[in-house]
Amino acid sequence: MNADISQQLQQQVQHACEQESSIRIVGGNSKAFYGCPISAEELSVGDHRGVLNYEPTELVITVRAGTPLNEIEKILDDNGQMLPFEPPSFGANATIGGTIACNLSGPRRAYAGAARDFLLGCKIINGRGEILSFGGEVMKNVAGYDVSRLMAGAMGTLGVLLEVSLKVLPKAETESTQRFHCSPVEAIDKIHACSQTPLPVSATSFHDSVLSVRLSGATKAVNAAVNSIGGDAMDNAESYWHDLKEQRLDFFNTENPLWRLSLASDIESVLAGNTNDDDFLYEWGGALRWLKSDAPAEVIQAAVAELDGHASLFRHVDQQCRFQPLTPGLLRIHKNLKKAFDPKNIFNPGKLYPEL
Amino acid sequence: MQHAEKIESKITSTELINALGKIVSSESILFEQEDLRPYECDGLSAYRAVPLVVVLPKTIEQVQNILALCHTNQVPVVARGAGTGLSGGALPHEQGVLLSLARFKNIIHIDPRRRIARVQPGVRNLAISHAADKYGLYYAPDPSSQIACTIGGNVAENSGGVHCLKYGLTVHNIQQLKIITIEGELLRIGGSGLDDAGYDLLALMTGSEGMLGVIVEVTVKLLPKPERAQVLLAAFDDVVKAGEAVGNIIAEGIIPAGLEMMDRLAISAAEDFVHAGYPLDAEAILLCELDGTNEEVSEHVLKVREVLRHSGATEVRTAKDEAERLTFWKGRKAAFPAVGRLSPDYYCMDGTIPRKQLPSVLKAMAELSREYDLPVANVFHAGDGNLHPLILYDANVPGELERTEEFGGKILELCIEVGGTITGEHGVGMEKINQMCVQFNRLELSQFHAVKAAFDAQGLLNPGKAVPTLHRCAEFGAMHVHKGELPFPELERF
Repeated sequence: MNADISQQLQQQVQHACEQESSIRIVGGNSKAFYGCPISAEELSVGDHRGVLNYEPTELVITVRAGTPLNEIEKILDDNGQMLPFEPPSFGANATIGGTIACNLSGPRRAYAGAARDFLLGCKIINGRGEILSFGGEVMKNVAGYDVSRLMAGAMGTLGVLLEVSLKVLPKAETESTQRFHCSPVEAIDKIHACSQTPLPVSATSFHDSVLSVRLSGATKAVNAAVNSIGGDAMDNAESYWHDLKEQRLDFFNTENPLWRLSLASDIESVLAGNTNDDDFLYEWGGALRWLKSDAPAEVIQAAVAELDGHASLFRHVDQQCRFQPLTPGLLRIHKNLKKAFDPKNIFNPGKLYPEL
Repeated sequence: MQHAEKIESKITSTELINALGKIVSSESILFEQEDLRPYECDGLSAYRAVPLVVVLPKTIEQVQNILALCHTNQVPVVARGAGTGLSGGALPHEQGVLLSLARFKNIIHIDPRRRIARVQPGVRNLAISHAADKYGLYYAPDPSSQIACTIGGNVAENSGGVHCLKYGLTVHNIQQLKIITIEGELLRIGGSGLDDAGYDLLALMTGSEGMLGVIVEVTVKLLPKPERAQVLLAAFDDVVKAGEAVGNIIAEGIIPAGLEMMDRLAISAAEDFVHAGYPLDAEAILLCELDGTNEEVSEHVLKVREVLRHSGATEVRTAKDEAERLTFWKGRKAAFPAVGRLSPDYYCMDGTIPRKQLPSVLKAMAELSREYDLPVANVFHAGDGNLHPLILYDANVPGELERTEEFGGKILELCIEVGGTITGEHGVGMEKINQMCVQFNRLELSQFHAVKAAFDAQGLLNPGKAVPTLHRCAEFGAMHVHKGELPFPELERF
């Protein structure tokens, strides 16, 4: 199963480069719904797979981009470790390359960091068909610009990921989830009161009038924290957080477009005139809000921009796409960077923004 | 010493000074030799250059106008915070403007609920934690220069500190930046949430060493202060055992807040200087700090003691109170000046290696130390593999600085060889520009130059730093031929 097909991928990119034809980069195709639909010849990275280096005590794993996410999670789990950003997979075929390209993180994100925070290095093919390495396998590395993290969330528009090195962490000894029935405003207050103190909080969510707080760490510390915050213990917590991460909770079962709102954690209300409380699911201590709404994109994005946040259309049956528009100054820098990595505009053109 | 490329400005120095006088008041412009001298170097004093003019603006609008002026007239600009950097990143350009952000020293707003602080770039790192203290919050990255270094410089260098393994670098602890482009345009990067639309420009700006834009505002994340911190000191009769102990602690599932190692020479220098009670017969000591809730720290202290014993520690001490905890740290924190007392000068290196390579790297360094006849003391952020060898030398002995620099260069190349990097937290600046040619190939360096051009096509921001030109690498490479292969064969030689 493990194979190095980097030369073959490089040749395909070089060919596209010569022909000035565009390429659609595909790993496991589990996140095809995300981003703008594009039609271009497929570059399949899924067969470029295998773990290249993993030594648990170094807290680093280096893998080929096509390696399935669940395979990596299994290896880490066998060694009592984890990807701290708790990525969603949205399908059994999800690869680590797609996960990093989309910079997707799960419930632990607000307390541990995002995918980009754990990315230490990568090997890519740029739009000139060159294989380049940036960063490395060590945690502290400031040689050269941080091209690795620039790749996270670029949706494949700057290069093809071949290999990534990620920082990993030990799994917590104990986890426990406490639940509270409350209003959205009470939930925001409770979350912020918890975050003000050094409690071992590792995830929070709020929907359908229930706030859930997950605590992770040393057993004694978790037990003490449970006593300190109160609430009702949740029985099936592990599957709840998993279903939340994979968007399998009832909340996500909707005909309406699903919006992802990223904004300041303590905002009490957004789009109050256009929405009901039940249209929202809060994560990340309030800094991430999922919204089911068929309100016009302009209305949603304007309201969120007003709060210095951004909103993106995450899922829609018609495969529409809409990321928060960039200011003219930032768009200029984005176009320049696209040109710096992919001068002939061959990688995933239009996947993120029409201009890139 | 001048290393930067020559840039043909479209304006004379008198015209430049007059034009600057229309942007800022006259006391904010320095151009007399005696006024320029204090700016001729940063924390790496071996590299010096006197700028044409120093400007100390007070407002964002002034910075915008200064940069627009320099852009129109092709004048190089070097931004400077407190000038504590150790790689010559703020070394002035002889034909350019030295843009000091020293007057941007206001903490604009602390929001304890959102746990963020909006600050100007000239605010000192430690001042942020002091200001946040009344809310029970602090700013985690703690470079050793935190009393003096500014947050703008921290972002430019992606500064670390002793707590990186658990709390991350600057890049993990900031939320938003305001920068001015070389054209004078104000950009907001990052938002009020945990991420932003589009490319991760926040990461790209962090550690970009003043090459892409000038930082005029930083929003940092604050953390609740841990309920308790406890430190253990372990002595070893062998550095290899100390290195293994670090791996064993991590294998136990514990991420210490700080994990520092010192070798025999560093131990004795520190002990002589501050009397921290370090065991002088040890080949290496480990300092392991654990923080968190009371219960967590209690549990982990017991586990770590056990692990250290099993790893062959000859002695394990747990600080019995806060005073002793600070004493244990005092020696480590004073290690640089302590080593400074052993020798007229010392040169601090900054490579990172995969931790398991520590024994072989220490052995190779000891051999190089004999070869160059220069002693070296080692302090090591053991948790994250960041090594700070201190080479002892005397700049007044002819040729000794050059020998030291060559020795230092060899250490950096050794770090690359074992899968590490030439700089963990001090930056490339001017100092490690040659070793960039070893760590990155021609195509990778070209990609860096393309990134630079996306922000600054004319190369006016901090010219000659951070990323070497291919010509420079060709010249450097000619002196370092590996296995008979000339690097950059397609370039002409001078």
